[in-house]
Amino acid sequence: MAIFYVLLLFMIIAAIIAIETKNLLSSVICIGALGFGISLMFLFLRAPDIAITQIVVEVLGLIILIRATISRDLTFITGDKEFFGTVVSVVIIFVIFLAGVKVFETLPDFGTAIFAETRGAASQTYISEGLAKTGAANIVASVILDFRAYDTLGEATVLFTSIIGATVILRKKAKKLLEEPD
Amino acid sequence: MNGMTIIVKTIASWVKVLIFLFGIYIILFGHLTPGGGFAGGVILASSYILLMLSFGREFVEENLPLPLASKLDCLGAFLFAMIAILGLAFGGIFFVNFLQKYLPGQPLELISAGTIPLSNIAIGLKVGASLFLVILTLSICCKDFKPNTPSDGKE
Repeated sequence: MAIFYVLLLFMIIAAIIAIETKNLLSSVICIGALGFGISLMFLFLRAPDIAITQIVVEVLGLIILIRATISRDLTFITGDKEFFGTVVSVVIIFVIFLAGVKVFETLPDFGTAIFAETRGAASQTYISEGLAKTGAANIVASVILDFRAYDTLGEATVLFTSIIGATVILRKKAKKLLEEPD
Repeated sequence: MNGMTIIVKTIASWVKVLIFLFGIYIILFGHLTPGGGFAGGVILASSYILLMLSFGREFVEENLPLPLASKLDCLGAFLFAMIAILGLAFGGIFFVNFLQKYLPGQPLELISAGTIPLSNIAIGLKVGASLFLVILTLSICCKDFKPNTPSDGKE
């Protein structure tokens, strides 16, 4: 349990730095560190799917934010590429490739369901008791709207928020305000 | 933006009804057959987008104005949240299927499965309206940006 407090402390410090710092880039990096801490927390709480979602959104959001903040002063590397850097990156890519090959060897054959045959798996419960408990003949509907309705609520919220953002950014009045001088 | 040729307009005016009906069918039978709120909502939005492509944006904006679409979007989200809160009020748990307890329908019938069809309708309304809004706002944005760019006299 000590790991939780360490992670919490790390996240709080990162959040405070992200708010207080004057440099935009370091603030973005601190937000990334905060999100990484959250995803580690989810991983320790045995919620790997949420951890994956968190890290994907965090990394994507981080890259987009960094691109947005430092788009004014992008620095380009001029001159020849260093030989050492090229060798190191090629070696790292090769090591990751070997690790990926090892991981893919452990995967089951295509089409075999490993989790459905495990005793006490959630999917077994859905299949055997879905019709009796929810009354829906479509098991997918019974899962996404009854057993896992929270997920659907979250997805609907994400969609709602993104539509609000799109309509606010792309509305006509904002462009008129932009065209008019202050 | 006056739309396409008369062939496209005629075919689109016939097909739009079928697409809309198919979307409603997918939403209403979401708990019995493959499909559901998300897929049906996309089909509903696609019928309006077909109209927008064939008849032009102004025609669609008269039929389904932007404020109305925005209200429909909010209404869908509100209905979905209300179903969840009604579960809390009647069943004791957030998002519990309270109708299934009080009103158990026959399985494989249209009226069955408690709150699942209601949730499907709410989600279908929400997804359809919001996808329509996305396409409409993007098209308005692109349309309004055109005059600002220096044109070469070519259409």
